[in-house]
Amino acid sequence: MLLIECPYCGPRPELEFAYGGQAHIARPADPSKASDQEWLEFLYLRDNTRGLFAERWRHARGCGRFFNAIRDTTTDHFVVTYKAGEARPAPTAGGAR
Amino acid sequence: MTLRTAKGGRIDRTRAISFTFDGQRCQGFAGDTLASALLANGVHLVNRSFKYHRPRGIVSAGAEEPNALVTVIRDAARHTPNLRATQVELYDGLVAESQHRWPSLKFDVGAVTSLLSPFIPAGFYNKTFMWPRSAWKALYEPPIRKAAGLGIAPKLPDPDRYAQQFVHCDVLVVGAGPAGLAAALEAAAAGARVILCDEQQELGGSLLAERDASVEGQPVATWLESAVKTLGANPRVRLLPRTTAFGYFPHNHIGLCERITDHLASPGSQQPRERMWQVRAREVVLTTGAIERPLIFPGNDRPGVMLAGAGRTYANRYGTKVGERAVIVAGSDAAYAAALDLAAAGVTIVAIADVRTGNDGPAASAARAAGLPISTGNTVLGTTGKLHVSGIRLGRVASDGTVVPSVTHACDVVLMSGGYTPSVHLHSQSRGKLAWDDAFGGFVPAAAAERTRSAGNCRGVSGLAATLGDGAAAGAAAATAAGFAATGRTYAAQTLDADIRGTPGALAQPATPVPPAKAFVDFQNDVTTRDIALAQREGFESIEHIKRYTTTGMATDQGKTSGLNALAMVAASSDRRIPDVGLTTYRMPYTPVTFGSFAGVARGDQFDPVRKTPSHEWAVARGGVFEDVGLWKRTRFFPVGGENMHAAVDRECLAVRNSVGMFDASTLGKIEVVGKDAAEFLNRFYVNNWSSLAPGRARYGILLRDDGFVYDDGVIGRLAADRFHVTTTTGGAARVFGMMEDYLQTEWTDLSVWITSTTEQWAVVAVQGPKARDVLAKLVTGIDLSPAALPHMAIANGEICGVPLMLFRVSFSGELGFEVNVPADYGTMVWEAIHAAGQEFGITPYGTEAMHVLRAEKGYIIVGQDTDGTMTPDDAGVAWAIGKTKPDFIGKRGLTRPALTAPGRKQLVGLETIDPKVVLEEGAQVVDAPNRPIPFPMIGYVTSSYRSAALGRSIAMAAVANGRARMGETIWVAMPGGDIPVKVVSPVFYDPQGARINV
Ligand SMILES: [Zn+2]
Repeated sequence: MLLIECPYCGPRPELEFAYGGQAHIARPADPSKASDQEWLEFLYLRDNTRGLFAERWRHARGCGRFFNAIRDTTTDHFVVTYKAGEARPAPTAGGAR
Repeated sequence: MTLRTAKGGRIDRTRAISFTFDGQRCQGFAGDTLASALLANGVHLVNRSFKYHRPRGIVSAGAEEPNALVTVIRDAARHTPNLRATQVELYDGLVAESQHRWPSLKFDVGAVTSLLSPFIPAGFYNKTFMWPRSAWKALYEPPIRKAAGLGIAPKLPDPDRYAQQFVHCDVLVVGAGPAGLAAALEAAAAGARVILCDEQQELGGSLLAERDASVEGQPVATWLESAVKTLGANPRVRLLPRTTAFGYFPHNHIGLCERITDHLASPGSQQPRERMWQVRAREVVLTTGAIERPLIFPGNDRPGVMLAGAGRTYANRYGTKVGERAVIVAGSDAAYAAALDLAAAGVTIVAIADVRTGNDGPAASAARAAGLPISTGNTVLGTTGKLHVSGIRLGRVASDGTVVPSVTHACDVVLMSGGYTPSVHLHSQSRGKLAWDDAFGGFVPAAAAERTRSAGNCRGVSGLAATLGDGAAAGAAAATAAGFAATGRTYAAQTLDADIRGTPGALAQPATPVPPAKAFVDFQNDVTTRDIALAQREGFESIEHIKRYTTTGMATDQGKTSGLNALAMVAASSDRRIPDVGLTTYRMPYTPVTFGSFAGVARGDQFDPVRKTPSHEWAVARGGVFEDVGLWKRTRFFPVGGENMHAAVDRECLAVRNSVGMFDASTLGKIEVVGKDAAEFLNRFYVNNWSSLAPGRARYGILLRDDGFVYDDGVIGRLAADRFHVTTTTGGAARVFGMMEDYLQTEWTDLSVWITSTTEQWAVVAVQGPKARDVLAKLVTGIDLSPAALPHMAIANGEICGVPLMLFRVSFSGELGFEVNVPADYGTMVWEAIHAAGQEFGITPYGTEAMHVLRAEKGYIIVGQDTDGTMTPDDAGVAWAIGKTKPDFIGKRGLTRPALTAPGRKQLVGLETIDPKVVLEEGAQVVDAPNRPIPFPMIGYVTSSYRSAALGRSIAMAAVANGRARMGETIWVAMPGGDIPVKVVSPVFYDPQGARINV
């Protein structure tokens, strides 16, 4: 079970969290202007990164807040977690153990 | 107990213990394991093997035991199979049975499979039973299931309790041998919170089997006692004997299983049988030791052929001689240590046959000095004896590699040592890397993936002083990493310090051995040298493939005794180095763990939380029949006077249509949406226009996902300009709430809106039927119930039975209807009051089944039943709800995708069977022509189907391609018994004008 640092509550076990998929995919401000291709990409296309990956988590069984995390998909170690709306921190190698 | 030594060992010779094995009464001593007590009684034969039913004996003295799997029986329900006899602590009255034998261990019918064994080669499951497919179930599987498989599970429910505990510590030390003790002492002295666990009943590991060693000038037993005392007296240290670290999970989360009562003669009822510890450790020290390898030669599985270190442990720790006349087959210096200790215990050492060309280790030198009979350059050609070894045939390996028979020895035990394999299971489970250590001749831990380190034998360090020092260094490093100051220390130790290295692989054999005999690589899975060779001949090169094809190292063994030997054989025959062959993955659990300890208290009624509605006890008292809807218990129907479900549902439905019924709708999801932007939020969230909804009015809302598909629905009432009461489907409450939070927190942060789940705050009683108003008029105050003041889809606040009431005039039945919302604590009281007030009108409580029929008669959809996640509002016939003028809402853009507007989509329609008595099956496929040869295209499927008492016929809804254009057509529902003709009709079967709702 992963240990995840909620930016609001601190480290908590994985079973308090819900996974939310890739981070930093904003819903277009005016979807009516999106082409079919653009809308398809927004709906369905996601990266499958080997290494550092920015992803969404929700502290669903805790404070209920959504936040973002950078996790190394090869080790499951988190580099950093940060609040929704904040820019993705510069990538750092490795990941805290 | 003829084979006890005169004195010594850690058994208590003043406390005799009686037990039975396969019905035979035997005696042992306190401190014995079942294995040591059996051996003291001269019993080696304890099992039949998995595949060939060969007689098998005790091989080891620990967790690595591949053969001696037994069933321990306390009573009919407490019947634990597959326990290793080497780990079963003896208690008075213990009853154990061997496995895989019929009718008896000594005469086993299944052993005839040995005669067939040429026909059961590697991969026989994979190829023999490939064809014909139908023969598997009928022909092959039943006898295989009967003959193979491990022990038999008890039939009765497990009567024991299992506890679970989460715990944090600074340093977790796994394994309490010399390295682990030294690590724990060091970390504890530095002030760290330490957990030290060990799978055995006593802490000490290999120290428990030392005969003549000393540490820091003290006899080893004295040093051990004081070390354990020091640790035990430290309040920051938790000692966990009888506790196996079975799994290493991400982020230093380690699973420990503590066996609490299995060793007690009378466990009583106060304690749990086992406790599952879930440890989150800042730092981990793995001191898991090393496991001795068997040597691979023909007949190496005969009872009485054992690991040398095990023979030594039984002599030194358990005061048990494993035989009277021993032949030692040495592939490692460690074998000589066993020879010396067995000789000291009074066992005759017939011969020490070294399979190497030289032997200059410290133990070999000591054995030579002691005058034991030693020879080198040997191999083993076979063993003799039926159910127990009676002799061993040796051969000589010439310098050119040819093998010639040499000598045959009579003996009653053969002790073998192929050297030791570091136990790297947990390090590997933690995704740490392994590296081949050429000097040691084994895989040892390399780069760690977690905050962990290994010390002692498990990383190839050996020798008592070096192991203690290595443990102390690791304990100090772990404590330092956890923020404490520690430096480690050295230890002085006096012991023989045998060299535990060896050479893995099979012993040399003649080119054409006579007679051919099986040499086992994996005892537990009955894998022979020939199976490995066959797999390679058939083209399997990867060790992962060879493992699966031959099953070597699988199941509970996880390659403990077999892994490196198999690798070495593959390497030798493919001209590769062992590290180039690679390694299979170590899986958790290290040794088997009971399901009970995983389940803990989450069994039976405690498996999941149970959500009950306010009418629950009332319904139970009236014989209501319940169904599970998510975690909710909902009343399905209320049978009266022995009615079956159909009769009850017909009666309940007719009561609603003709007079009045009441239904507990409290499970509906409820979310209060509040804030100055609440209407704007709902405009963006649901398809409907909410700005135009006046306070005091409600509307049926539809929620899509951005792909345009229906996600949820429910009635939403506007309580005030800035306050909405949103209802969701029973199952969708949590995910709709989560989706609202998602958009509010991450997409529409400009909106000033708060949402609160109020599902559990409101009890809801639906009162439905022509007499609904008359019933409520008797109880409600402060609300004008007249149609003009409270029309359909209106909301009003008042009181009922003197408690606050939020009254919705809504209907999910098509009749005049109200939903009485009261604070949940008043739910039961109000339910009973409505029931009493309705008596004069024959008010009838109804359940979910009648609710479903009533709504289907009206063509009202249930999201998730009539929709499947690929339906648009238009497909479901509810496109009228969409606010056409809104610039955007979730799903608006998605609805314009080409596939969602293409012609020919499946649309929800009604179906009437031509025979009104035929009730269709939900999920059945719809076709447009009858009785065509398979395969033929499906054009849809039935989503809902019921008997309708009000209509006197069956009704159904279906998703059918181009369904609305097919009104009046006859189509067919494909069933195994023949296609059923149906007519496509409007899904609104009852009161299509909707006159009954507006009264
Ligand atoms: Zn939180």
